[in-house]
Parts: sequence; C-alpha cells; structure tokens
Amino acid sequence: MPKRSANDSLMSVIGPKTTAVAVQSNLIVAENLAAGYRDKTVWQGANFAFGKGEFIAVIGPNGAGKTTLFRLLLGLQPPIHGMLRIFDEQPSRGNPRIGYVPQRHLIDSETNIESLELVRLGLSGKKWGFNPFGHKDREAAVRALRAVDALELAHRPLGVLSGGELQRIFLAEALVSSPEILLLDEPLSNLDLRRETDLLHLINKAVREGGVTALLIAHNINPLLPHLDKVMYIANGRVATGKPSEVLTSESLSSLYGMQVEVLRDPHGNVAIIGVEEHHGDVV
Amino acid sequence: MSFSLNLIADLQQMLGYQFMQHAYEAGTVVALIAGVTGYFVVLRKSAFTAHAFSEIGFAGAAGAVLINVQPIAGLVLGSTLGGLAIAALGRRASNRDTQIGIVLAFALGLGLLFISLYVGYATLAYSILFGEILGISVGNVQLTLIAGIVILAGMGLIYRPLLFASLDEDVAEAKGMPMLFLGIVFMLLVALAVSFSVQVTGVLLIFSLMVTPAAISQYLSRKPSRAILLSVVIAVLAVWIGLFIAFYTPYPVSFFITAIVFGLYLVVRGMRALLKPKKIETPVMGTM
Repeated sequence: MPKRSANDSLMSVIGPKTTAVAVQSNLIVAENLAAGYRDKTVWQGANFAFGKGEFIAVIGPNGAGKTTLFRLLLGLQPPIHGMLRIFDEQPSRGNPRIGYVPQRHLIDSETNIESLELVRLGLSGKKWGFNPFGHKDREAAVRALRAVDALELAHRPLGVLSGGELQRIFLAEALVSSPEILLLDEPLSNLDLRRETDLLHLINKAVREGGVTALLIAHNINPLLPHLDKVMYIANGRVATGKPSEVLTSESLSSLYGMQVEVLRDPHGNVAIIGVEEHHGDVV
Repeated sequence: MSFSLNLIADLQQMLGYQFMQHAYEAGTVVALIAGVTGYFVVLRKSAFTAHAFSEIGFAGAAGAVLINVQPIAGLVLGSTLGGLAIAALGRRASNRDTQIGIVLAFALGLGLLFISLYVGYATLAYSILFGEILGISVGNVQLTLIAGIVILAGMGLIYRPLLFASLDEDVAEAKGMPMLFLGIVFMLLVALAVSFSVQVTGVLLIFSLMVTPAAISQYLSRKPSRAILLSVVIAVLAVWIGLFIAFYTPYPVSFFITAIVFGLYLVVRGMRALLKPKKIETPVMGTM
C-alpha cells in the first residue's frame, strides 16, 4: 500500500508523535482484523477507524469479544489476523497515551485506603523505589478528581464508596495521566438509572473537554445514544461499526446476526432490538 | 530477677543479661520486617499463604537439624521455595486456599517425621513451633539484621508498583508493569520475613506479627505509608513489652506478643464500631 509506506517514511523523519497529529482523523485504525486465541477465533473481518475526540460505544452479547477488543488495543494480546494500529504504531503494552478502566476490580469493603491514593497511583504507580508522592502528583490527582466531580471523595476510603462513586474514582485514575484514548469496560454495570445518567454525563464531559477518544463497553445502548459519535456492534463473530443511525437499523443488524432482526424506535429515539436472544436496547 | 515498681531499674536489670539484649535486637528487626511485609500480606489477602510459608519452613528447619545444619537455613530454604512455587502460579493462584492447605498439611507432616527422627525431639519441635527468641545466638542476631536490611530495601524498591498492583491489578498490567516479577519478588521477601519472624513467634504464631499489627494499622489509617509505619510501631511495641513481661514471669514470650496484639485489635475494632456506627438501613416498604 503506497499510502502507508509514505506514512512510514514520514515517521522515520519526524517521529511517530508528530505523525499521529498529522493524521489526526485516525487514532485507531483496523483493517480486516480478527481476534481470539490460538484455538478459537472470537470475531473477524473488523474494519474501523476512530479519530480524535470520538465517543464510541461497544455493544454486544456476553462473550462476544468486547473485552478482547480492549486487550488488543492495550497490547495485552496480539491480533490473530489483520492490521491494527494505534497512533500509527502497533499496539504495545504500557502505552501511557491510553487510559483504561477494567471491569474487574480488587477493591472490597475491607479496603481502607483513601481514594486520592489510587488516583495518584494512576499517575506514578509505575515508579520504583520508595519516594513519597510529590506536590505535582497531588495536584494532578486533585485535578482529575475535580474533573469527575469527586473531589469530596478524595479522603474517603475506597471500601465504603458506592458503585457509582467508585466508577468516578476509576475514571479519575484513568484520566490523571491525561490519556488521548480512554477504554472503559462496562463502567455502567451495577448502576441504577440515575447514577448511570450522571456517570455518562461526566464521561461525556471529560471526553469532550479533553478531546479524548473514548471507547465504552456497555450492554444497553439507549442511555448512550445522546452522546455517541459511533457504535461498534460485536455479535455472531463479526463486527459492525459506524454512526448509530447506520448501524442500528434492521438491515445492518440482520446482516450482522445472519438472521432477521427488527430495530424499533420510540418517539424519544430509544431503540429496541427484536429477534435476538439478548436484547441490547430497552423497550421504553 | 525480681520485678519492682521502678521500671527503669527493671529495664536496666533485664538488659544486663546478654541473652535479653540479643532477644531485643533480633526481636526489633523481626518486628520491623514483619510490620512492613505484613501490611501487603493483609492488603493482598495472602495471610494463608504466609502461614503456609512458615509451615513449609518448619519442614525445612526440622530437616536441617536432622542433617546438622542451622534451623534458620532450613527455614529460609523451605519457605523461599514455597514462595517461588506460589508466586510462579500467579496472584489468583496464591489465593487458592485448598491447594495451599493440601501442601501445608504435607509440609507439617514431613516436619513431624524429621523431628521424630531427631533425638532432642520435644524441645526442638516446641521451639520451632512456638518460638525461642530468648536463646538466640549472636550469629543469628547478625544474620537477622542482614536479612532485615535486605527485606526493607527490597520492599522500599517495589513499594509503589506493589501497592498499585495490589489495588488495581488489571490497570497495572495494562500499564506495562511486570506482574509476575513483582509477585515473585514480593513472595520471596515475605518468605524471608516469615523465616526470620519464626525465631520470635514460632511457626504457629506467625500471624501475631505478620497479620495482626497490619490489620490493626489498616483500621487506623487510610494512607498506606502511615499505615505501614503504624504496623511497624505496633509490632515493635508488642515485641518489646512481650519480652519485658516474659522476663519477669515464668510464661513464654510468644504468648505475651499474641496477647498484646490481640488485645489491641479488640480495642481498635471496638472503638471503630463505637465511633463509626454502620449506616442504619431504612427498612424498605414491600409492596405485598
């Protein structure tokens, strides 16, 4: 491909970072990408390109390979086929320009450590040696906590926080290093409707203000619809990506699932998907 | 050695004995390393693993005596091998109670066999199982000091990544932290700390210095660095006071150490319950 070789030669002259800015519209690019493990392909044939500041929802049934996508982006797992580039480079583990909020957390009601500490670790948890946290760490952590409206939680122990409060702390932990890409794995699970809406507003605000490209894994697309630029639907071993209005249609989802699927819309713009075992839209 | 109400004179009298000086020196170092490593043992919920180290160490110590080697060498060898094995299995594996329990039982059995083959059967078993700080040799005091420096330096080096990995493993991994390496280093440091702590508390009472002070400190401070400091202070005081009381009474040091930390634990938990009443759940009206 002549276009990419031109990019490569550019990179060697002015370095990868400048290139990423030059091709601003493509922070994440995948061509004919397949993911899975040695003995099992989870999904394949994915093509997508996400630009700076885009908010993308990743939707699909359990086990469809949504977290697998994140593992590829984080460089924790190689693709089994196809091309995937982030900032015009191959994904590599420990990229400081990517912030990540995993689904699994180790914090329980016994964890009597203040939230500020976890947020600071998001910035400098990689530093070896016993060095006390400096002023800069603290300021950055306070800024991140303020950005997610959680400053009043700074000195509260993690173990007593509610699900929604904890998600705000994790978000601050991910934002504290000023990432350009944010990967959020089911931050809305276990939240009631009001907390879900509140958290989404915060995520949307952080994404828009910082020009961050955010991918958010969720089960229900409806609360996300007002904020989204794109949606990625993973099901049946395949991936459909595009604007919500393009992907969330009966034709597009029927072709994704390989069976007749109906997408219904109510007057408020909520969608309901009929015809698949798991519903990823609520009938309101 | 009779106890008077003049505590200064009592202290002077006690420290006039060389074996008490050695006990205080080794006991202080042990309390330091147990207090520091214990914080992470409690945070990572690896108490059972730490206990397993001490019992694998017991088999090592008993085996060492049998072949005429210092028990501490067997302790270190046994528990570090155990530490390596468990760390290599990964963190999720280190919480596998059943498998650890199975290995631990066999290690204790093995230790029993070694000890029964040895002539000085009862006293040796007793001192390894319940601690014998009062008879510690000068050589072992020096060895304990060196081990203490190694352990503290090691913990200082991995402090922040270990804290990060203990609180948010998946993010730490995604950020490129060497998780397996970190786990192995930590487990080795704990195994080493356990081996030397056994001199004071014995194999069976290892929790009194490795777990209880750290558990108390986690109630008292929300800042890890301050909690670690508190954990150390509690462990050191328990050893000092325990040794002091034991000197003037006919009862064993290990008992007093366990009693002091347990009493403090009860007080702190009780105060916490009083000061911070749990949120009273408002009863939800059911729609029957």
